[in-house]
Amino acid sequence: MTTITFATAATTVGSPALNIGIFALFVAFTLGIVIKVASGKKTAGEYYTAGGAFSGKQNGIAIAGDYLSAASFLGIAGAIALQGYDGFLYSIGFLVAWLVALLLVAELMRNTGRFTMADVLSYRLKQRPVRIATSCSVLAVSLFYLLAQMAGAGGLVSLLLGISGEAAQNLVIAVVGIVMVLYVLIGGMKGTTWVQIIKAVMLIAAAFVMSIWVLAKYGFNISGLFQGAVDTAASSTNAKTAANAEKLLTPGLKYGLTTTSKIDFISLSMALVLGTAGLPHVLQRFYTVPTSKQARKSVEWAIWLIGGFYLLTLTIGFGAGALVGPDVINAAPGKANAAAPLLAFELGGSVLLGIVAGIAFATILAVVAGLTITSSATFAHDLYKEVFKRGNTTQEQEVRVARLAAVGIGVVAIFGGMLAKSQNIAFLVALAFAVAASANLPTILYSLFWKRFNTRGALWSIYGGLLSSIVLILFSPVVSGKPADPKTGLSASMITNPDIDFHVFPLDNPGLISIPLAFFLGWLGTVTSKEFDPDKYAEMEVRSLTGHGVATALEH
Amino acid sequence: MSSIPTTTDEGYRAVQASEDFQTLRKKFRGFVFPTTAFFLAWYFVYVFLSIFAPGFMGTKAFGNITIGLIFGLLQFVTTFVITFVYARWANREFDPLADAIGRRLDGVQEH
Repeated sequence: MTTITFATAATTVGSPALNIGIFALFVAFTLGIVIKVASGKKTAGEYYTAGGAFSGKQNGIAIAGDYLSAASFLGIAGAIALQGYDGFLYSIGFLVAWLVALLLVAELMRNTGRFTMADVLSYRLKQRPVRIATSCSVLAVSLFYLLAQMAGAGGLVSLLLGISGEAAQNLVIAVVGIVMVLYVLIGGMKGTTWVQIIKAVMLIAAAFVMSIWVLAKYGFNISGLFQGAVDTAASSTNAKTAANAEKLLTPGLKYGLTTTSKIDFISLSMALVLGTAGLPHVLQRFYTVPTSKQARKSVEWAIWLIGGFYLLTLTIGFGAGALVGPDVINAAPGKANAAAPLLAFELGGSVLLGIVAGIAFATILAVVAGLTITSSATFAHDLYKEVFKRGNTTQEQEVRVARLAAVGIGVVAIFGGMLAKSQNIAFLVALAFAVAASANLPTILYSLFWKRFNTRGALWSIYGGLLSSIVLILFSPVVSGKPADPKTGLSASMITNPDIDFHVFPLDNPGLISIPLAFFLGWLGTVTSKEFDPDKYAEMEVRSLTGHGVATALEH
Repeated sequence: MSSIPTTTDEGYRAVQASEDFQTLRKKFRGFVFPTTAFFLAWYFVYVFLSIFAPGFMGTKAFGNITIGLIFGLLQFVTTFVITFVYARWANREFDPLADAIGRRLDGVQEH
């Protein structure tokens, strides 16, 4: 009988008014801070990078705020609750990836760029073609990531506000989008960074409290907590879940079923570990500190915070599996994404749920704002100023274009979010990582470390990686052709009609093919072209390692 | 990049060719390349074991703690250790050399 009451409770948990109230409070509080610290007229540098005036520690916390997206919090906790060990694998890839950023990318990028990723990639190559190519991949990656966040907002709304109607859900997505655009327009990068810092502190604190709470229920015995999750799953009304209960603790529940799913997991792992250092909104954060030493410190702080947070999600995920159970999670709107909020309700009733819900919305807001700044910088700095106007613009014009772009991106995010609201968010983010690892990372590494690298190599690698990853996704089971669910008759693909099936690529994640392909094309393009600029190469390499010229750049 | 005052290109090329800079470059690559190779290899060993040796990874070491979980937590440990060691190395060994070369470049500029 308890299962039934839980299931009814799950459709509208907590008090919608309280949830909205806490969220509104967060918005009012952060908007207040944004207006206080960052309103007013801005130079391009202030708008894109807060003038590089943040400290390494502040930026590290903001990076954690930017990176610990709705996918990390809701998606991973849910994946661990339902798939146990296989969900945990996600978080390991997301964390180890930071070592690529720490060792190979962060400091050298800080030393050679000012505003955007394209600054670095076009440094010693032909400006216009490389900036155009980079802009395409930056916008594609950011769009995938943006849709994932907005999809998260949609799922949360139905769960937390007790709103199940389409129109009302769409209304909330629109509100999230509008508030995000306000942050960006008023506060630029400085305001956005403070929102991310506040959110990171709140998110980590909430995850800490929930983990301790869960552990306390099991006498601080991790093994006991795992047993609890297995026991709850074993008593599931779904025969398959019950039979697989023991497998929560071993690999293979999600990815071990067939050879295809095993290879798919290798593909996903590659995308996760190589994608982070190619995410434009993460790279943008390195420009908000003054020196490469502070960039290093940023990544150090980010790794401690992100690693610590993922350890907490392990407890939260198994806690949700044990205390809420797979049946209730699967019955809730948003399914896996609802695991963490449902656990909050189970632990601390509607008050804790309200707090966690507010933080989850804040998470989405902060991440989306960061993505918007990065995309608008690409529009204004790379496409408008450098490509379209060939450098002949005033700061005012550039910032005006950036603000207009931010509004445009906000509109895209709102409508995209309305369309994508039923997709699993951890998974959409995984696709963004695959595109980033294919289209961006090879060119970043080549241009920082390979002397011969040239324009043709960059263009082949960027376009090749971008097109191959997107085409493979389009013809993968993600878009069409997953078997129909016997209960609903709907396919689990993006196109839910099971009769429409045009998939030819067997894997969900394209990384296994598209990442090596992009590296190969970068090499091939380079060796077939004679272009080489020894002066620019010397300038870039000396600056990248010594930081020469960075301090002077800051004054402008 | 237009607003960054550039030293003459010969300045950068001379520095790039100098012995000090080549030492700095070798030192940097000598640290980051092997470390990257190590953590990527260790990460993929872990991924492959999880996928192709689920029996081994699912073996319980104690209580409900499986070997796979311990290996997963060891991924966290190695990430933290590499971060700590790299930061220490960079602050102590790399920065002084890099700063010295940077200062010399500024000196060249003033003349």
